[in-house]
Amino acid sequence: MSNTTHARSFSGRNLLGIALIGVVLAVLPFMLGMAGQSWVRILNFALLYVMLALGLNIVVGFAGLLDLGYIAFYAVGAYTWALLASPHFGLHLPFWAILPISLGLACVFGVLLGAPTLKLRGDYLAIVTLGFGEIIRIFLNNLNAPINITNGPQGINRIDGFAIGEFMFSRSERIFGMRFTSPEKYYYLLLAITLLIIFVCMRLQNSRIGRAWEAIREDEVAAKAMGINTRNIKLLAFAMGASFGGVAGAMFAAMQGFVSPESFSLTESISVLCMVVLGGMGNIPGVILGAVLLAALPEFLRAVVEPLQRLIFGDVVLDPEGIRMLLFGLAMVCVMLFRPAGLWPSALRKRELTGANGNGGGA
Amino acid sequence: MDIFIQQLINGLTLGSVYALVALGYTMVYGIIGLINFAHGDVVMIGAMAATMIATALVGGDPTVSAFAVLAVGLLVAVPLCMAVGWTAERVAYRPLRRAPRLAALITAIGVSIILQNLAMMVWGRNYLNFPQVLEPRVFELAGARMTSLQMAIVLIAALLMGALFAVVHKTRLGTAMRATAQNREVAGLMGININTVISAAFLIGSALAAIAGMMVTTYYGVAQYTMGFLLGLKAFTAAVLGGIGNMVGAMAGGLLLGIIESLGAGYIGDLTGGFLGSHYQDVFAFVVLVAVLIFRPSGLLGERVGDRA
Repeated sequence: MSNTTHARSFSGRNLLGIALIGVVLAVLPFMLGMAGQSWVRILNFALLYVMLALGLNIVVGFAGLLDLGYIAFYAVGAYTWALLASPHFGLHLPFWAILPISLGLACVFGVLLGAPTLKLRGDYLAIVTLGFGEIIRIFLNNLNAPINITNGPQGINRIDGFAIGEFMFSRSERIFGMRFTSPEKYYYLLLAITLLIIFVCMRLQNSRIGRAWEAIREDEVAAKAMGINTRNIKLLAFAMGASFGGVAGAMFAAMQGFVSPESFSLTESISVLCMVVLGGMGNIPGVILGAVLLAALPEFLRAVVEPLQRLIFGDVVLDPEGIRMLLFGLAMVCVMLFRPAGLWPSALRKRELTGANGNGGGA
Repeated sequence: MDIFIQQLINGLTLGSVYALVALGYTMVYGIIGLINFAHGDVVMIGAMAATMIATALVGGDPTVSAFAVLAVGLLVAVPLCMAVGWTAERVAYRPLRRAPRLAALITAIGVSIILQNLAMMVWGRNYLNFPQVLEPRVFELAGARMTSLQMAIVLIAALLMGALFAVVHKTRLGTAMRATAQNREVAGLMGININTVISAAFLIGSALAAIAGMMVTTYYGVAQYTMGFLLGLKAFTAAVLGGIGNMVGAMAGGLLLGIIESLGAGYIGDLTGGFLGSHYQDVFAFVVLVAVLIFRPSGLLGERVGDRA
């Protein structure tokens, strides 16, 4: 699949591969739907994670800026949708009004976050973003008094679903004699947005901006000397990454019909970062692989580890959530120690991370 | 005015703890240039271990003396934390010493997650209560109250910091540490064993973290596996505030941050006309951090760090 970014002309084999992937993606919800609608919902969440991981990949993978509060943009997007399309304020704006607002708002937050740390080294950025993620959550949790904006820890419910005119995504209905459930409809919507994001990412990577990001990641001083406006290009990375997070958040709110501060904890930020790191920073197919793998991990643990524990100890001794996070931590350490370019590294990144030239990059 | 002095005393206590933790950050940062994300979790492990020991001792014999509880807790928590800190450096950070900065940073986050979840598996998700063995006496001080526990925390922290200062400036190890911080390669050429020095920095930092953890759990009376995260973030802010890599800076930054936080939490309600309450206390550290980064990124006492490689 990585060939598609480089080769302008598709060979027959590539076309066949793409067609095959297309067919699989198109029928996937029906195959999984036979095992139960909950599997389609899991699939939808995997798609949301792919969007988030791709957004974070722009900041971490392309531009080499470590962002530990990425989930805050997801929260901004989700709450924007929730506030503008729910009985909480009595607003019910259509999606074409809300999506640009949540995208723009996430962008603004991204720039706000990036601006103070622009002149500093990457480690400071990591801490500031970490703090920022927490602050957003603290505000979401506490902005219910004296003016009730976010409804505090209870969150906002009865949020409108996604609807194009009269076509509601939150309802089951028959189209062309086939019954489509709500998760299945959302699947196609999310798939379309994800493909759009993938396309944008691929085009960005090989663009003037993408090369500028890469140059900054490798050596900021040199990049500046080459005439790159490092300030604007770094802010652009934040804004782009944040906007993807905002869109994903808005879709999350529409699909769930409910948001609360709990969904936007540091754990989630770390999970998304883990997807990017595990899959291969800076490599789009790798990041997608990482996101799908790690999104499926909790389900795997639930299906395998719990029964296994019951079998051995007669009870669930270690809860799957703890094991999941422990595995995330181990994966991050082990990937960095043994396979620093990730499971599916991009050719360039691989060369630069394994080539031991001592001083590393200017990250 | 009473409230002001009261918040000052509370802030001083809190700040002493921050300063101890910040020293761990700043020592490691000064020598290998890594933000040790797992440091806050080492504090947490110290707190949890001490709490567990105290609970066990009091459960076995309710008449046990407070000093015995604290002494045994110290004897368990300090070596445990030192072992954790040393292992983390040896296993996770040392192989990456020459790797790109991002790799080391991500590894440190990984270590932090591992420690947190191991602690959760060992001690569970719930808050552990530190048994009521201490009966702090209350002193009146200019209309405010200061407990003997608060006094002890401030005094012990001051003593430890004085001792550390003496070690760094008067002993061979301290000289080696300062030399390594200035230039690792040249220090190595001068016959300093870099690995020993770095291990020593982690060991000392972790020991201080263990003691800080005990202070937190005795002061607040509870410990939980997630407590290290926010504490670490604040201590790091303290280190940045003072000038990261600078030990005196870490001490001053810790105290200052503790006081800012206490005063902020005490007065935010009045200042904003009741719009924001004291549950925004945790926001102050972050505001301080961002303000320092914008206006004086080198911190109060530090050198320029903007592009120190």
